Amino acid sequence: MSDAITFTIDGKTVRGKPGQTIMEAADEAGIYIPRLCYLSHLAAHGSCRVCTVQVNGRPQTACTQPIAEGMTVENDTEALRQVRRDIVEMLFVEGNHYCMFCEASGNCELQALAYRLGITAPKYPYMFPSRDVDASHPDIFIDRNRCVLCGRCVSASRDLDGKTVFEFVGRGPDKRIAVNAEARLSDTELDITDQAVEVCPVGAILKKRVGYTVPIGQRKFDHTPIGSDIEARAAQAEEN
Amino acid sequence: MAKPKVATTSLAGCFGCHMSILDIDERILDLIELVDFDKSPVDDIKTFTGRCAIGLIEGGCSNDENVHVLQDFRKHCDVLIALGDCATMGGIPAMRNTLPLKECLDEAYLNGPTVYNPDRCIPNDAELPLLLDKVYPVQHVVKIDYFLPGCPPSADTIWQTLVALLNNKPLDLPYELIKYD
Repeated sequence: MSDAITFTIDGKTVRGKPGQTIMEAADEAGIYIPRLCYLSHLAAHGSCRVCTVQVNGRPQTACTQPIAEGMTVENDTEALRQVRRDIVEMLFVEGNHYCMFCEASGNCELQALAYRLGITAPKYPYMFPSRDVDASHPDIFIDRNRCVLCGRCVSASRDLDGKTVFEFVGRGPDKRIAVNAEARLSDTELDITDQAVEVCPVGAILKKRVGYTVPIGQRKFDHTPIGSDIEARAAQAEEN
Repeated sequence: MAKPKVATTSLAGCFGCHMSILDIDERILDLIELVDFDKSPVDDIKTFTGRCAIGLIEGGCSNDENVHVLQDFRKHCDVLIALGDCATMGGIPAMRNTLPLKECLDEAYLNGPTVYNPDRCIPNDAELPLLLDKVYPVQHVVKIDYFLPGCPPSADTIWQTLVALLNNKPLDLPYELIKYD
């Protein structure tokens, strides 16, 4: 372990490998850092800011910040939990998130983050923006009401599927996911087996005709909070 | 000492949250040991008879009557609880918020595929509550003390909340009782 990098997260000593980010080292050590846009097999995007941690007293996104010898990382502090609650609450009010009839409910990472952070209602006023739905594709639809602009579909389509079906257009409140075609999703090369369809954390890109197949009570986050799988690694990581 | 009073109402809701109140089953017998119901569809009392400890609000504000009832609840209740997703975020009725009100009325009374309306009349009687431009979550209108999301919130969520608040205990619901669906 001569090339190991040693640092601390919330006072706990963590060993990582050179080149790893804080997120990667924390995941291996069984420490859950809340995240929304990050997926281990996609290029880190650093856009959602949910994984913000204090590194030697400065805020950094854990998914993009490389580890360094002796660095001090704060993760599960009340101040950072508040930052994360604020971000998630803003995402809820600036979209139209009707969990009660959404196919992704129970498996949705945005919803699960809100559950884990203990949000009962956002403190910000709802904006009720006008967003569109594109159901032109025979097997897949986009509901932009639910899109949180995480960029996962953009990365997955570009880097894993090699198709670049999705891209961001617009700025600020007008930013949205566009498709690589004159108008509609059906005019793209998107296929139901594409990774871009699998990676959406919310119910914005969904397969048709498979909604509500898993009953309430058996869905991913019905009983266990998001991040439990990572935290379950902690005991194993201790032994190594 | 007189029992504390609980009032409930359904604004722009479907009464599903009230069904969930009834879904506490036989615990409703324990509940009436703890509290008296004041203005509520449960006992059909139409106007407040006095000060209430807790007001449960189902549904958001879709018309002026909803706003008046909600303000009346704020005036008479020590603690107001937004019960369910419609109170908290507008819910299904709020789906009209991205459309102009006129478009909604035209679809409902003139252009809808199953509309039969030979006089082409959109109801406009002074007795009818005036529709608001949008459906407003209740916290956009009055101060709300607690939110119980869910469609509906489960009976256990409602029960544990009432028991905690009536016994002056902090409200600390377990993970499985805060759900948005």
